Amino acid sequence: MPKAASSEVAAAVADAHRREWAFVLAATVSITGNLDSAEEAVQDAYASALATWGPRGIPDNTGAWLTTVARRRALDIRRRAQTAKRVLPKLVERTDDPGFDQIDEDVPDDRLRLIFTCCHPSLAIEAQVALTLRLVCGLSTVDVARAFLLPEPTMAARITRAKKKINDAHIPYRIPTTPELPERVEAVLSVVYLVFTTGHTAPSGASLMRRDLAERGHELARMLRLLLPANRDVAALLSLILLTDARRDGQQDEGEQGCLLADQDRSRWDQRAISEGIALLHEVLGRRAPSRFALMAAIAAVHDEAREWGDTDWPEIVGLYDLLLETWPSPVVALNRAIAVGFAVGPAEGLLQLDRLANEPQLSRYGYLAAARADFLARLGRTTEAKLAYEEAVILTDNEAEREFLAAKLENSTGESRPWRDGP
Amino acid sequence: MSKYLVLIFRDEDAEAQATDGEISPKYREFMDRRSSALLGGVALEPTTTATSVRIDGAGGFVVTDGPFAESKEAIAGYYLIEAADLDEALEIAKEVPAPFGGVEVRPVRVAS
Repeated sequence: MPKAASSEVAAAVADAHRREWAFVLAATVSITGNLDSAEEAVQDAYASALATWGPRGIPDNTGAWLTTVARRRALDIRRRAQTAKRVLPKLVERTDDPGFDQIDEDVPDDRLRLIFTCCHPSLAIEAQVALTLRLVCGLSTVDVARAFLLPEPTMAARITRAKKKINDAHIPYRIPTTPELPERVEAVLSVVYLVFTTGHTAPSGASLMRRDLAERGHELARMLRLLLPANRDVAALLSLILLTDARRDGQQDEGEQGCLLADQDRSRWDQRAISEGIALLHEVLGRRAPSRFALMAAIAAVHDEAREWGDTDWPEIVGLYDLLLETWPSPVVALNRAIAVGFAVGPAEGLLQLDRLANEPQLSRYGYLAAARADFLARLGRTTEAKLAYEEAVILTDNEAEREFLAAKLENSTGESRPWRDGP
Repeated sequence: MSKYLVLIFRDEDAEAQATDGEISPKYREFMDRRSSALLGGVALEPTTTATSVRIDGAGGFVVTDGPFAESKEAIAGYYLIEAADLDEALEIAKEVPAPFGGVEVRPVRVAS
């Protein structure tokens, strides 16, 4: 291998960190049987890569190189733990570069085992999300904390507690059996979707870490698609993410909030992502009753296929929300359905549907309900009531950009009538 | 193999109101089916028979009538089981007849 410049090495290591971390860690856990020592070994392997890829060249298969080194380190750590009390420390450390011929290319892909362990239903959902980002995506605890706007010690304690439970309660490191698979896949998909939406709804000007989450969610969905190619629920989630993410660059002005579907520059939507998402959706819809994610993807597809805001097929969207309410009854889905009705039938009918949800406890602190009411009231010319509803929405919204947007609406409460947020 | 304690919780009021009574055949059936995993277990008399003992902070004890923690569901019994991992333990736990409540699965601490 030719020598590599240090900038090339740094880039190659960073790239391998992003793309190979899960594979390397999953393969190493199989040896250590313990997440903490596996993480330590994998971190050592990446450190060795930084030190040795310069003088000895960047290997062709960086993942295989890292896996070999990490697994070797794991064996060392295990041996050291077993003999620490009896034997003197080793005088000579073996070099960490496995060389060409010693790379074991046939390491099994254990990523699914790692994912199912991180998303085990006996862990709280917050812990599942944190572990997935930490162990499957390889994010540092600091970054995970930043993404969820939590102090680092809080996040570190959450991750430590979850790992301790995996260890002490013997949560298995394996792929669930066929009968339990659908339920366990659903749990994994919920985690991935939560990662994606947390990043996707992050306002402009939020930390880069937060926006990075949307990409991580996208990558996780792709990874699952690769690992479970026949699973339709996985295909549905990837479709939903593609069809939602395709609109990311449609904001008219950089720095403006991106919540207004009506104001988006549709020529900037990613047509390749839309085509891929729709192709996946066709694969999913059909024979079986569509899953929650498939229906959400179908709704996103209807928006994506409208050339103009005015072309949006609202009756179709209402129909899809009806189906979604049957499979996934939730006040938030009901709220989005009511908004769609407001566009399919008219603001008076939309308002009627919204007011039926007024007593839902889950929506009582939810700014979107007040904002949607305000919008319909404004369209009906009931300006005073609209103003009050906007004020309520401003108070309930914790997202800075959305609050500014609502405040602007409030200033001009006779303003235009448009839904101000997309997605269920 | 790992050991787990399966704590059975029961809503005593709901049980008292139930009329179709007799659930012990279900327990016997469960114990026959899972005999290889069961290391032990007992059923308890209701909390009306319980006595709690607390340290009083002055070197003595306070003895009171009733369960240690008042809650809607009280411990009704337990099984000590052995399982390959948590998934297997949860499978067994789902089969424990607990019509008036549910069960809690706790790994038994291994002395290190």
